[in-house]
Amino acid sequence: MDKIVIEHLTLQYADGTESLRDVSLGIRENAVTVLFGPAGGGKSTLLRCLNRLNDLTEVRSASGRILIDGENILDPKTDVVALRRKVGMVFARPVVLPMSIRQNLCYGLELAGEKRRYKLDEAVERSLKLAALWDEVKERLNEPAIALSGGQQQRLCLARSLALQPEIILLDEPTSGLDPISTGKVEAALQELKKEYTIVLVPHSVQQAGRTADYAGFFLQGELVEYGDGKSIFTNPRDKRTEDYVTGRFG
Amino acid sequence: MKSILPLNRHLIQRLGFGLITFMAVLTVVPIIVTVIYILVRGAPAISWEFLSGFPLEGMTAGGILPAIIGTFYLTIGTAIFSVPLGIAAAIYLSEYAADNRWTRLIRISIINLAGIPSVVYGLFGLGLFVLFLRFGTSILAASLTLSIMTLPVIISTSEEALRAVPPSFRTVSISLGATRWQTIRRIVLKEAVPGILTGVILGLERAAGETAPILFTGAAFFLPRLPVSPFDATMALPYHLFVIATQVPNMPIQIQYGTALVLLAFVLTMNIIATVIRSRARARREW
Repeated sequence: MDKIVIEHLTLQYADGTESLRDVSLGIRENAVTVLFGPAGGGKSTLLRCLNRLNDLTEVRSASGRILIDGENILDPKTDVVALRRKVGMVFARPVVLPMSIRQNLCYGLELAGEKRRYKLDEAVERSLKLAALWDEVKERLNEPAIALSGGQQQRLCLARSLALQPEIILLDEPTSGLDPISTGKVEAALQELKKEYTIVLVPHSVQQAGRTADYAGFFLQGELVEYGDGKSIFTNPRDKRTEDYVTGRFG
Repeated sequence: MKSILPLNRHLIQRLGFGLITFMAVLTVVPIIVTVIYILVRGAPAISWEFLSGFPLEGMTAGGILPAIIGTFYLTIGTAIFSVPLGIAAAIYLSEYAADNRWTRLIRISIINLAGIPSVVYGLFGLGLFVLFLRFGTSILAASLTLSIMTLPVIISTSEEALRAVPPSFRTVSISLGATRWQTIRRIVLKEAVPGILTGVILGLERAAGETAPILFTGAAFFLPRLPVSPFDATMALPYHLFVIATQVPNMPIQIQYGTALVLLAFVLTMNIIATVIRSRARARREW
């Protein structure tokens, strides 16, 4: 079933650059959908539309619709705070907030009004386990989060989104700064997570796209060139441009 | 020729380096000389009686308590008006304002506000607060005048401190379902507080040491009692120093320098507090 349906989305930034041109696709529930392609293709922009983070940047015009569970989230009346709790995001560089590991995890929940200690403790343990970080940090939850290694920080960021019990998780090149071992841990966590969540990933390489994708969309200069299930797009692409990119002829 | 060149270069480098070092040392000299000079000449005047007593015999004897208390009141009064206003303005400029003609106008105004001579503030305060608003020469009028003078310092340092907080903290906080204001209150302000505090103290310290803005708005030549309400005029250290240095005949030099020493101590203490806060925050910084 499609969790997210994007219909004819076109988006222009204030400086006149067109970032997305008439993009339409459906994103499946309980699967990893990968958006890949060379830099400047509009992948991140699309990702940031899904939780309305683009509200922070200067967007000149956006047209089209994005339906999540049938509701158009681009509607001005959308409760963006509720939307962002439902659609979590992990960024390219791990950004831990300047507080303890525990506080990082509780931040979103406390803002949502959760004050009960046992609920917060529960969320901390559950989300850290999901992000495969629990064993490494369970003894030092009150230490500053910045003391963690880069790979641990990124998994903490993942856990931080998970603590809010979202339905969709967006990941924007989450492993671009990580070593292969940490990258492997994050990718393995994603495969576990997709059983419960809808995952949209912008990978940092074609190889990662190939490893993780259940479904994949190839973006080139703001256009969705090809969209289909992961296997066929990487082994038997329909479009010449997709084939050239996947086989490494450009990009 | 070729063999001499490296030596020459080396020599020129050393000369240049020496000159720059000398210039740098030179900047330290005035402050040290001033402090030592005031300390040596003023220290003999300092006593419990001097700090806790009223001026006697036409100010040529006794203490300077009313001036100390007055400067204290004026500093607090200035803080009450300028700190909330200044920080609010800085938050607006750093977090909410778009870069357009209107905000550029605000910024230019703030820069120019910082450049206005303090005596002009004094005259303005006299016209607006003392006469037009009928506050009279009072602590209230003087504090308001000092507040306007202090605002640019507080706004610009606070804005700088707010802008130093990495933008990614804001993005992450928003993405976790925080509103803009929650993000500012719980993340941005918390990180910027040391920098803001430094700016506030530096601004207030300048207010504490100023004479011209309070000259027509709240400072009294001599008062036989302490002020009891914001509508009372008050004695103040900088103005008192001006008075006893130029207006009173047969003034013992010791009392002049003693007064200067107390003012200097007042201002330097604030300065040191600001420095300590700043360096502590730097050491604790986690990003």
